[in-house]
Amino acid sequence: MRRIINLRPSTGSAVLLAALPFLLLLIAYLLGSSVRLAANPEDKLLPAFSKIGAAVQQYAIDPDPRTGEILLWADTAASLARLGWGLAISAALGLALGIVTGIVPYARAGLSAFIAAVSLIPPLAILPILFIVFGLGELSKVVLIVIGIAPFLVRDLALRAGEIPAEQIIKAQTLGASSWQLTLRVVLPQLLPRLLDALRLSLGSAWLFLIAAEAIAAENGLGYRIFLIRRYLAMDVILPYVLWITLIAFAMDYLLRRVTRAAFPWYAGNGK
Amino acid sequence: MTTLSIRRLWKEYADQVVLENVNLEVRDNEFITIVGASGCGKTTFLRMLLGEERPTRGTFLIDGEPLPAEPGPDRGVVFQRYSVFPHLTVRDNVLLGLELARAPRLGRLFGARRRAALAEVDEMLHAVGLYEARDKYAAQLSGGMQQRLSIAQSVIKNPKILLLDEPFAALDPGLSADMHKLILGLWEHHKMNIFMITHDIKEGFELGTRLLVFDKVRLDPQAPNAYGATITYDIPLGVCGKPLLDELTTQTRRTERFVNKLAVA
Repeated sequence: MRRIINLRPSTGSAVLLAALPFLLLLIAYLLGSSVRLAANPEDKLLPAFSKIGAAVQQYAIDPDPRTGEILLWADTAASLARLGWGLAISAALGLALGIVTGIVPYARAGLSAFIAAVSLIPPLAILPILFIVFGLGELSKVVLIVIGIAPFLVRDLALRAGEIPAEQIIKAQTLGASSWQLTLRVVLPQLLPRLLDALRLSLGSAWLFLIAAEAIAAENGLGYRIFLIRRYLAMDVILPYVLWITLIAFAMDYLLRRVTRAAFPWYAGNGK
Repeated sequence: MTTLSIRRLWKEYADQVVLENVNLEVRDNEFITIVGASGCGKTTFLRMLLGEERPTRGTFLIDGEPLPAEPGPDRGVVFQRYSVFPHLTVRDNVLLGLELARAPRLGRLFGARRRAALAEVDEMLHAVGLYEARDKYAAQLSGGMQQRLSIAQSVIKNPKILLLDEPFAALDPGLSADMHKLILGLWEHHKMNIFMITHDIKEGFELGTRLLVFDKVRLDPQAPNAYGATITYDIPLGVCGKPLLDELTTQTRRTERFVNKLAVA
């Protein structure tokens, strides 16, 4: 008998194994649901698939009778806009501050302790301040995402900039590069794929902050909807919404990975 | 026309003398190889030439001027590793030096100016035998090809001085011969001063016009850092005999053993 660490599944069984936990979860849900519904047909906690299907029909296909919008799409658009702005601004900040603190010793001396301190502020603790300062509109939600993930991006990119071998930085100078040219031609292009990696890692927190902000004060959005219908214990709506959010998050992660691979072939070739 | 004049040069750190009383005059178009035990200031000397380190005492003049305090385009360098840009293709790696000089703001050339520069690049790539690999990313090249690329990158800038820090140490022994031919050819064609650090004393004799040995004259086990290294041999090309080779090997091995023993203790 070989050691278990040396046993590898074939491609087919790997797919099966990957599907197995999902299947088990589904079966557990179906069993639990049927047991509870048998005891109490009005049970709301684990609704039957037919009930969930009806809710999906109501939220994702039929227009809302009051506004005429299809709620799921309106919520998705509102949430993605906030998330997109938050991620874009954080990425820009992360790149700019990360590069500057990563390669300019004076900037590092002046800013890195400050950025480290800011990154330790629990963003949700200052959410009230954001609502007071920026109002209850879109801005405060975007700012919460930025405050939540930008410090991480800045620190990560500063580290990555510092990891560029000193030999390369010196070599560029012997080729006549000014600090600006060095940033533009040597540091920035090598940090872009690392930025996408860091963004992927921070997607989870970005969603967390988005949904938290929407739960507290919003008029639409995926997080808003979930927290609104929570009052009615409407699990038949909450569950598909959560699934949908997960799916979007997965798609974003997948997309970022594909973009990294396609746009930076040398990066994948590095074995990372 | 490049000359170098180093007089009574010292490099000291807080509790350590690295180089002491180094004197050196370098004429135009010399190919100088530098050997010595590790920890004998070869790399410190090279870093001073680059402008990364300042001498503690003494004068260090290039063409009669004090050495600039930072690396610049008149002094090219090839390190043992990591001196090509992995995110650029072979062509773009060599093009970069031209682009940096000709496009101060964006560091990038377009259109006809780019094509003109690429013609120069391709000529250089032919000279170092990388033309076939011109569209590969530097990260995809073998170690030997990366070193060729790094050399091409520096030489296309026509530096006054080319610094080579054990450039072939990480390569297969079979490759070194090719690399020696390449570097000698470029040196003859481009008329520059080359300083090459090597661990291999034989390589030091085979290449170049002059061999410098950096060594500690005094080894004091009680105060190992009190005395620095200096140039103990300054040998013109063509006088290499077996006795001299053996003498140098014995000398540097003795220092190497001394340094290593200290490192262990």
